[in-house]
Amino acid sequence: MVNGYSVVVVALVLVATVAIGTYGFRISRTTSDFYVASRSIPPFLNASAIGGEYLSAASFLGVAGLIFAFGPDMLWFPVGYTVGYLVLLVFVAAPLRRSGAYTLPDFAESRLESLPVRRVASVLTVGVGWLYLLPQLQGAGLTLRTVTGAPPWLGPVLVAVIVCANVAAGGMRSITFVQAFQYWFKFAAIAIPVVFIVLAWRAGGAPSIGGPHPPAFQNQTTVTLQQAVRVHAPEPVLVQATGVVDGRRYDHQDTPLEVGDHDVGGQTQLVFPAGAAVPQVSSIDAVSNDRWALPLDGGGTPRSLYLTYSLIIATFLGTMGLPHVVVRFYTNPNGRAARRTTLVVLGLLGIFYLIPTVYAALGRLYAPELLLTGQTDAVVLLLPSRLIGGVGGQILGALVAGGAFAAFLSTSSGLTVTVAGVLSQDVLRLRGGIRSFRLATVLAAAVPCAAALFVTGLPVADVVGLAFAVAASSFCPLLVLGIWWRRLTSVGAAAGMLVGGGLALGAGLCTLVVHLGEGWLRDLMVRPAAWTVPLGFAAMIAGSLATPGRVAHNVTSTMTRLHVPEGLGLASTEQHPRTRDED
Amino acid sequence: MNRKPVPERVVVMSPRTRASRRTRPAPVSRPDDRTSELREVYVRSLIRGQLRRGLIVSAVVAGGLAVVPLLFAFAPALWTVTVFGVGLVWVVLGVAVYPVVLLAGWMYVWRTERGEREFVELVEQS
Repeated sequence: MVNGYSVVVVALVLVATVAIGTYGFRISRTTSDFYVASRSIPPFLNASAIGGEYLSAASFLGVAGLIFAFGPDMLWFPVGYTVGYLVLLVFVAAPLRRSGAYTLPDFAESRLESLPVRRVASVLTVGVGWLYLLPQLQGAGLTLRTVTGAPPWLGPVLVAVIVCANVAAGGMRSITFVQAFQYWFKFAAIAIPVVFIVLAWRAGGAPSIGGPHPPAFQNQTTVTLQQAVRVHAPEPVLVQATGVVDGRRYDHQDTPLEVGDHDVGGQTQLVFPAGAAVPQVSSIDAVSNDRWALPLDGGGTPRSLYLTYSLIIATFLGTMGLPHVVVRFYTNPNGRAARRTTLVVLGLLGIFYLIPTVYAALGRLYAPELLLTGQTDAVVLLLPSRLIGGVGGQILGALVAGGAFAAFLSTSSGLTVTVAGVLSQDVLRLRGGIRSFRLATVLAAAVPCAAALFVTGLPVADVVGLAFAVAASSFCPLLVLGIWWRRLTSVGAAAGMLVGGGLALGAGLCTLVVHLGEGWLRDLMVRPAAWTVPLGFAAMIAGSLATPGRVAHNVTSTMTRLHVPEGLGLASTEQHPRTRDED
Repeated sequence: MNRKPVPERVVVMSPRTRASRRTRPAPVSRPDDRTSELREVYVRSLIRGQLRRGLIVSAVVAGGLAVVPLLFAFAPALWTVTVFGVGLVWVVLGVAVYPVVLLAGWMYVWRTERGEREFVELVEQS
């Protein structure tokens, strides 16, 4: 479904990003300018910028796609992304700002006064950053292919190149206005079409979304499968097939699909009559709309409970450990503003996350073929032009596509700049100022880009969930214990991060490499947070209690600095940025 | 024609944590100062208060949400409950949770800022 307006809007978003990146940084910025600016940014603007950076492809496309495919259990993703900020607000926001840390490695070093701990935090930051970048780039490929018909490799490469160019040219980091604008653009891009979609649904007699039947095609529908898939037909259907079905070649012939599994070859075209039940890709349970709308897979088995709780733990506790989230808190004037900013973020995320659910539910009615192709993340992209005819629908579709691209670009930029900073300073330990930073930027974007090209077919949501699980198992204990527990030692912190983060990362990589089948083992590996987070905390506490002599020397003054309001003269809160002269 | 000197452009990478620690004074515990001991006591009680408030808020919100899956698992009767024709789970997790979280955050900020104000008054009196 190629939409000419989409090409134009996506191109505009890309051009605007490059233009702002290259011209925005020409405005001369001294270090003190940076400080004056960052200290005068009011909470609402700062919160918009945080929202702009945080709402990624996973939020813009992925949440709706997951709910569309798997039902209300997936509502825990947006709930977790939001409650994660509440947890961040009450345990981390103000002390983190007062610590003066720019990145998690900075925090680890200043609190624990240990370079080895800094190194461990650095490696983990890069790991989490790359894990989170990978699905952004994959999403870019999907979007570009859905709206313009471009080959699947173009999206990841395009986003990676533009992000690299921008970051290397001057950095998106300090451009608060751009990120703030991105939030409101994304909000408009998802909220304006939804109004028209709901109106069109009501004009069509507001057909019920539930019902004891599986999703069905409303009209005669032609579906072309890009890749070979195994599908499950919940009801017998008669399709006109061109291509390979169950090993037999067809050419515009009527083909009965009995109830059960069928293998459909790549590039096969299927024409379904109106009212036919949609055969669904085997990774999505083919259930009736009624059952889809029930919680806990409609069963409430121990496995579905484990998956739900592990997701809750990962998202509630993982948000505070995402590398690009922490960086943004530095632009708050003080700890009190950091709290107020976070509060506004809660509101901005809340209103945004009301919307994907509407797309998901109406997608069951109007875009059921995505259950067949498995490209459920495209539901937000497809619905506007599906429900609203003519130029209006195409323009709304283009708006959504532009919003999705803004989502990839803003999140990828924030992540790339953070990962590149940590790479050049701590991992590669390059000398030579901006040139080494540029080199690190290319590396920071190239690795996940290559992964997105070669490791295809990875469920985007699982990778995002894994990034959260690693962050929750390593950085959450570091931040929470570091801020609230004086007896945390460098040995304990390193042990906790290595045990928690290492186990979560290992479990996740295991699922990518080894085929674990279906069952408890796979569940434990795909959603490891429920066991890796407690282990991370336990290792950090046990390691600290075993090495009481390694408590940081200045722990008393550090704790005072973290918790006492600024401006009392009790603690020195001012820190100055490390600067590098441009070549 | 005068041109203003163009300030040299620098790239901000991260705080100079190492450099700043060398020069940072240790302000809290001057050994000869009795009020500093008192302040240390105040600081500890401030931290305890902030932690308590954080734990209460997160226990209420996260704890309340954590009960939701269990409720649905052990009371399947809830599955058929609808609000304006929409299933209860959709209303709770899709809509109602967001204003509750915002309200909890607002109450936390309000209480915490009051705690900080009280601390500042105590310190300034001492």
